[in-house]
Amino acid sequence: MSTDEAHRAILAVWRIEQPRLITSLARMLRDVPLAEELTQEALLAALERWPGDGVPERPGAWLMATAKRRALDHLRRGAMLRRKHQAVARDLEAEQQIMPDFDAALDDDIGDEMLRLIFTACHPRLSREARAALSLRMICGLTTDEIARAFLVPEATVAQRIVRAKRTLSDSGLTYETPRGEELSERLGTVLEVVYLIFNEGYTAAHGDDWLRPRLCGEALRLGRVLTAVAPHEPEVHGLVALMELNASRTAARTDAAGDPILLLDQNRALWDLLQIRRGLRALGRAAELGGARGFYALQAAIVACHARAATAAATDWEHIAALYADLAEVARSPIVELNRAIAVSMAQGPAAGLAIVDRLASEPALKNYHLLPSVRGDLLEKLGRREEARAAFEIAAALAGNRRERDLMQRRAEAAARA
Amino acid sequence: MRFMFIVTSSHQGGPSEALLTEMHKLADREIKAGRMLDNAGLMPLAAGARIRVAGGELSVVDGPFVETKEVIGGYAIFELPGRAEALASAKEFMQLHKDFMPEWEGVCEMRQVAAAMS
Repeated sequence: MSTDEAHRAILAVWRIEQPRLITSLARMLRDVPLAEELTQEALLAALERWPGDGVPERPGAWLMATAKRRALDHLRRGAMLRRKHQAVARDLEAEQQIMPDFDAALDDDIGDEMLRLIFTACHPRLSREARAALSLRMICGLTTDEIARAFLVPEATVAQRIVRAKRTLSDSGLTYETPRGEELSERLGTVLEVVYLIFNEGYTAAHGDDWLRPRLCGEALRLGRVLTAVAPHEPEVHGLVALMELNASRTAARTDAAGDPILLLDQNRALWDLLQIRRGLRALGRAAELGGARGFYALQAAIVACHARAATAAATDWEHIAALYADLAEVARSPIVELNRAIAVSMAQGPAAGLAIVDRLASEPALKNYHLLPSVRGDLLEKLGRREEARAAFEIAAALAGNRRERDLMQRRAEAAARA
Repeated sequence: MRFMFIVTSSHQGGPSEALLTEMHKLADREIKAGRMLDNAGLMPLAAGARIRVAGGELSVVDGPFVETKEVIGGYAIFELPGRAEALASAKEFMQLHKDFMPEWEGVCEMRQVAAAMS
């Protein structure tokens, strides 16, 4: 086995074990960022030892023992005991004595600790970028380098983001919090926002030449599924998972062999992932059962579900989609929602009805640099046979597109409109 | 990346109580960690059938199949970052068998699911 392969194998084991390691240590230390640091040390120890000694039979147990040894060393050094309240210290000593049982208990109780981990990583005190980086690092076990490559930023930037975020948490005494009841529901919004940000970063790749960054989508989906396990009664968690699963189900159909995007209605539906569609529809059903059918994410998922349920593009229930967008506009007043409603209305009632909505959005400052507004406008104008106006709109869209592939697509549509 | 684990064994009868408990624990953890998308055990081969094409002939043979030694007992589908993770996961699953039902012998085949291509 080459060193590289060995490292990948170790990292793979570590990723499986990390949540258990970090939650276990966080409980001992009452400090999530510190727990994260010490689990990283356990990883380093494995990277040092295993290539020579071989991977142990029960690598998880080895990592846990090593991480706990580090935690105990840390406690013995006393830095922590001096900082924290005396009562906490007594708790800790009691916990050390019952540690074997405590491990078994953790299996049942990991949900609570996991929730704490997620809420700490996604603390509203942190910037969105910091929350995303910290989540990927602490919950998904991504390395700093992997996070940097996924977000197309220098590794040093991510490293600094993480260090600063952890310092912010430590300085504010927010290292071991569990929101409960109403506060949980409230704070959940910031968590879901981070998960969706990570998903979209992978799904739409707003910058650069990569159309898909499947790894980020995969991790966001995994985070979402983790959330459904630890907060099963929150409808919006299921709504977000439904939205992500249903969107991700189209991954294989979204690009052609050259990597160029294929629009939803032109996609080969045989390539849509049925397992993921099934999971998405089930999650959407769960959100509705919990009374969350009109949630921000559930409504978006319901829209995507209309597409997933249609056997052909022509079979799409556009009236229903237009109605769902109108509902969504009530939950989230956004010109982008309105733009999407315009598309649905144009499909249900004809391009003129859609164009009327689009033209009302022309003066919207939030859409000034949004390439999809002229892109949709060009499409509707073209359908109405107003080809010269359509060409002009597609050219504006091409100039605003942030992604080379989308820019090329808009340029091609401008040329096609001009030719006809 | 999606992976399928297919477990094959010549062992008669189901897993021991202890192994079952541990497997449930592991499956529960994997589902909660968002890695396992689907899993199931299969009913005994005797209740199945084999539909074969050979020499230009199609034939249906109902179970049981006396000559069969290795039987597929179940499968699981995982979504994982890559091959290394799949290998680690399959090894952990098989280590459970070794630890909790030492007399059991079998194979877990780890296969990547081919991505649909446009």
